[in-house]
Amino acid sequence: VIRVVLPAHLRTLARVNDEVSLQVEGRATLAAVLDALEARYPVLCGTIRDHDTHKRRAFVRFFACEEDFSHDPPDTPLPEAVVTGAEPLLVVGAMAGG
Amino acid sequence: MGVRVLVGTRKGAFILTSDERREDWSVSGPHFAGWEIYHLKGSPADPNRIYASQSSGWFGQVMQRSNDGGTTWEPIGNKFSYDGVPGTHQWYDGTPHPWEFKRVWHLEPSPGDPDTVFAGVEDAAMFKTTDGGQNWQELPGLRGHGSGPRWQPGAGGLCLHTIVIDPANPRRMYIAISAAGAFRTDDGGETWRAINRGLRSEGIPDPDAEVGHCVHRIAMHPSRPSVLFMQKHWDVMRTDDAGESWREVSGNLPTDFGFAIDVHAHEPETIYVVPIKSDSEHFPLEGKLRVFRSRTGGEDWEALTNGLPQRDCYVNVLRNAMAVDRLESCGVYFGTTGGQVYVSPDGGNQWRAIVHDLPPVLSVEAQSL
Repeated sequence: VIRVVLPAHLRTLARVNDEVSLQVEGRATLAAVLDALEARYPVLCGTIRDHDTHKRRAFVRFFACEEDFSHDPPDTPLPEAVVTGAEPLLVVGAMAGG
Repeated sequence: MGVRVLVGTRKGAFILTSDERREDWSVSGPHFAGWEIYHLKGSPADPNRIYASQSSGWFGQVMQRSNDGGTTWEPIGNKFSYDGVPGTHQWYDGTPHPWEFKRVWHLEPSPGDPDTVFAGVEDAAMFKTTDGGQNWQELPGLRGHGSGPRWQPGAGGLCLHTIVIDPANPRRMYIAISAAGAFRTDDGGETWRAINRGLRSEGIPDPDAEVGHCVHRIAMHPSRPSVLFMQKHWDVMRTDDAGESWREVSGNLPTDFGFAIDVHAHEPETIYVVPIKSDSEHFPLEGKLRVFRSRTGGEDWEALTNGLPQRDCYVNVLRNAMAVDRLESCGVYFGTTGGQVYVSPDGGNQWRAIVHDLPPVLSVEAQSL
């Protein structure tokens, strides 16, 4: 089970109170986790990455195990600690004013 | 009878309700707290069906629908894909720039069908849903208008911010784009033509060009759909022939810059604007918040000040932030970037603030229930 922590606005949108747990088939890449997340919560489609190109939205970041995976290719395998559920994948709204 | 006022702000939506006296108000919200709500609008065919555009610089566009007058909401389709190869428009530096979807600025439900809605978006294009918002398709004839590659964004972006449907002939629609100008379709959105003859804008190389005008808002009285009133960047304009030609009706306004304009519900020649000092100083003249009313369809204007702050007021009133209700004594509403929403229950004579301290107001719509 892979644990995903969403930013507050997306938790509200998805109507979840806490982190979400996802089953990911095959290799646990960033893309595979986002596919599973959007399949479970279709309302999140388009809010983290583009509907069609799957390009990450500019002010969204992906952190795990104190590392930034935002700029890695989407087929990069996630760390073992994320795959085993020991650590969560953090979807983060970049810090910016407003 | 009562009214429901739908208010979109920089940090959420608010719903204000009152009876026909419009003295005591209930405030519901914030809905979608923390998100920018550029526009909410109810269906004329089913006033409890309301659509909302919810967006964020972080998380993009979300669309919401209510079937119970705004008490509960459900997310609907948020995919706005341009038809075919999007092509380019002009960028601020004059170079070609690919069309990129940013947000929905305006929602216009069909007069007769609650499931049919038109959406005006940035970068400028028009979309339509016929299934209550689950799926949105572009009406590509607008962007395909031959002038599309010459459209250039205004300071607020290349936004299609106004959609006006002729209630007598819903296949005729008017839209406005900053900074391309006004366009009309007579075939339900398949083909469009620019309707900017008579507009004159000093900020573009050819002041009376076919396109390039920064139209801020267009308003119509439903009983006379060929008469339109326009607040342009500078100048208040009027057409009596469905946009074939425009003439200036700024008359004695102290400044003819502004954003909002609307028409009295029962008097087609009574119109309202909120003059703003200039394009470089977006606040009222002399710190006095004044609505100006013309009862002659323009040219002759009177200042309405009763109940509005007449000193130290430096708010703005944005293009989507004025509305009228259709009660017997027409109510006029506007919201400010300072978070006030004002009502006049008597067509502009007396004003009072319904709320004082909302986030900056982006849009106001009034429903008569």
